[in-house]
Amino acid sequence: MKNIDHQLVIIGGGAAGLRAAIEAKKELDDVGLISKVRTLRSHSVSAQGGIAASLANIQESHNDSWEKHLQDTIEGGAGLVDKDAGEVLAKNAGGNVIELERMGVPFSRTEEGKLDQRPFGGHTFPRALYAADRTGHAIVYALYGENVKLETTFYDEYFVLDLMTDGNSVSGLVAYDVRAGELVVFRAGAVILATGGCSQAYQLTSSGTASTGDGLGMALKNGIPLQDMEFIQFHPTGLRDKGILITEAARGEGGYLRNDRGNRFMEKYEPESKELAPRDRVVRAMQREINEGRGIDGKDYLHIDLTHLSSAKIERKLPTIRELALDFANVDPLEQPIPVQPMAHYCMGGIPTDTTGRVQGKEVQDEWQNLYAAGEAACVSVHGANRLGTNSLLEAVTFGKRAGRFAAEQAKPGISGKIDANLVDRYNSRLNSLRKDQGSVRSHELHDGLKETMTEKCGVFRSSEDLTEALDIIHQLQKEYSEKLVIEDRSDNFNTELRTALELGNMLEYSEVIVRAALEREESRGAHYRTDFPDRQDEEWLRHSFFYKNSSGKLRYHYRPVRNST
Amino acid sequence: MEIAFEVSRYNPEEKEGNFYQKFSISARPGNLDDLTVLDSLIRLKEEKDGSLTFRHSCGHGSCGSCAMLINGENRLACKTHLVDLLSQDESRVKVSPLPGFPVIKDLVVDLGSLFEHDREIKPYLVGSDKTSPEEENLQTPEELAPIQEATKCIMCGACTSSCPTYWDNKKYLGPAAFVRAFRWESDSRDESEGERMEVLNDKRGGVWGCNKVFNCNDACPKDIDTVGVIEKLKRKALGF
Ligand SMILES: Cc1cc2nc3c(=O)[nH]c(=O)nc-3n(C[C@H](O)[C@H](O)[C@H](O)COP(=O)(O)OP(=O)(O)OC[C@H]3O[C@@H](n4cnc5c(N)ncnc54)[C@H](O)[C@@H]3O)c2cc1C
Ligand code: FES
Repeated sequence: MKNIDHQLVIIGGGAAGLRAAIEAKKELDDVGLISKVRTLRSHSVSAQGGIAASLANIQESHNDSWEKHLQDTIEGGAGLVDKDAGEVLAKNAGGNVIELERMGVPFSRTEEGKLDQRPFGGHTFPRALYAADRTGHAIVYALYGENVKLETTFYDEYFVLDLMTDGNSVSGLVAYDVRAGELVVFRAGAVILATGGCSQAYQLTSSGTASTGDGLGMALKNGIPLQDMEFIQFHPTGLRDKGILITEAARGEGGYLRNDRGNRFMEKYEPESKELAPRDRVVRAMQREINEGRGIDGKDYLHIDLTHLSSAKIERKLPTIRELALDFANVDPLEQPIPVQPMAHYCMGGIPTDTTGRVQGKEVQDEWQNLYAAGEAACVSVHGANRLGTNSLLEAVTFGKRAGRFAAEQAKPGISGKIDANLVDRYNSRLNSLRKDQGSVRSHELHDGLKETMTEKCGVFRSSEDLTEALDIIHQLQKEYSEKLVIEDRSDNFNTELRTALELGNMLEYSEVIVRAALEREESRGAHYRTDFPDRQDEEWLRHSFFYKNSSGKLRYHYRPVRNST
Repeated sequence: MEIAFEVSRYNPEEKEGNFYQKFSISARPGNLDDLTVLDSLIRLKEEKDGSLTFRHSCGHGSCGSCAMLINGENRLACKTHLVDLLSQDESRVKVSPLPGFPVIKDLVVDLGSLFEHDREIKPYLVGSDKTSPEEENLQTPEELAPIQEATKCIMCGACTSSCPTYWDNKKYLGPAAFVRAFRWESDSRDESEGERMEVLNDKRGGVWGCNKVFNCNDACPKDIDTVGVIEKLKRKALGF
């Protein structure tokens, strides 16, 4: 077993983790960044549309302000945005994106060379900065370059299994070096979780195969609560039957949604904002059209129509969309509408943190000393019940940066914790037995069961009946996972089947929380819609949910009020 | 219909050494244009042999994980449709790891040198602090245009893997590093004063090793004109 020490260890090399590392490197000599896929393969590279900031530097946006950005964010979040966190997000957006520009992000420009911005749903001004439709890729590559310059130490293709903790402090973590096939113990003065989203629990998702919520699984194992997990965002325009996103910028640039009759049905549901209404509303309108038989050919998809846009505009602003539609749907958007359907996209909930990124415990007062979280894995509560497009890359860099800064402070005194030999032994024997045991169920079979359940019973529309069934199925899947799992690949060397099985373990844990939280919230708000409780109930439900496991592994929960002051 | 696959297998823990394993999967003829090589590999792993190993992540050509040699050409498995591979003369799909890099297992190669070479060309903006934090650097669309194509690079390694100079000389930085170097060197905001060009001008590692075989252009899944980029760097190295 190898043992590696760093002042600070960051788990995750997407936008949040990379931004955290840069900030931490200003204070510390020695920062390690671990990623289960090579850093540049992180999901953030797939983000297309843009990153929000109220720069007010162009004609169309000169009346914009950070206050209006905050206002839009709060409105989009359907009452559950914590105002202090939202303010940090909106107020610092300008400075934070200009920093990205100065690190070399090739943002698209106006004729005079200023940072251009385009409209996005729920934002009252055009404030999405973009790099064609490769914004995430552009940001990750610039942040990565900066880390190369600063000499951050990368550990690529290491899979983190668990944290080493003692009370409310973290002393390091246990990881599996996939290539070497061995356990590695990292000790650190502080740890940042930037493990990204969890949409792989759903059938159709825009997220890559690495978005398996491992950080959420680790949190649950260590008694840390997950906040607001009932709020899963479905994106209106996923390419039909594929896990591929058609960015909202396609609507921002003027695209129309049409049903089987060729009608622009959003005019009926949202006469004011039409296609650019917040995502939860667009998705429900689409699902209604489909359920009422107005999907294309009566099937479960609709069209996004870009044919009225000029080819020059598509070439310049949406080149990837054209490429994806041609490659994966055999459709040229210049001439034909693109077949789309809603799909799982983003998790508003996550590991609760304060505005410095510090992880919160079961109660507000039992904050963790030196454990931080940022990006999609975290819930600092800037998205509330529904995230606005382009706010999450902003969240990842804003709170990644803050977590980097504050965690570096905590890490300065140095490494103190001991190696938890019991924990290491436990994982050693777990990994060995996983590869030796004779079981009867492969992990992809269980994963298929989970995805189907989550999609059908905990999707866009939910009900007590469906959610109760989902819970039963998930318990059954958890049981099969622990009793019957078999891994065909028995080798030590680069065992991706083993990695997938470990990810599934995490998915089965947090999915239970998503379903339980959805079942308990007997109202409809933002992305969470209950057919049996269709109204928003502010008297009772203007509060955040926190679900955690007690020492005997039972799920417990409570609620806390929204922070409305700054 | 049944589609025949031949997939390169190698695991240093096993005695057999490297060999091609035959598989077949069934697909409805009408569905062929829907099925990619990556979809097929995932199905083989799930249905036939759980130890078959390959990398993938985004599934749509944006992360660069899944480059491999498919019917004789370096391509992204997730963007290669079976219908484009099969024809009257070609009835099988043959998949091997990217050439030119050490194989770790099956279709997984060690791309360490690709990323090492990338570090050598300084993949970041040199001297970027041009303005106060309140203001952005100005960069007109005309200034951005020359690097636009090179910013598409996803570091999949397909180009460098296809380069005969790189096969013979592992010190040669290779087309991927040159595309990445060009992206930063030609950025109107970059202020390097020859330090990047010095690396690119190196006798053994630099751009002069390019013999314009054009394999790299054919291999690039993002249609980057790699040879064109290298030619521009050569002219710059000569002081034009
Ligand atoms: C297709 C798509 C398009 C999007 N477009 C936009 C957009 O235009 N604008 C916007 O604001 N948002 C967008 N989003 C959302 C946004 O991209 C994500 O929320 C954001 O990129 C998340 O960044 P992150 O750094 O938190 O996580 P990620 O980028 O997902 O990175 C997670 C990291 O953690 C690592 N990791 C995870 N688990 C482990 C483990 N067990 N061990 C070791 N490492 C681990 C991974 O390897 C990876 O490096 C989009 C999302 C999707 C799906
Ligand atoms: S899986 Fe990302 S490029 Fe193929």
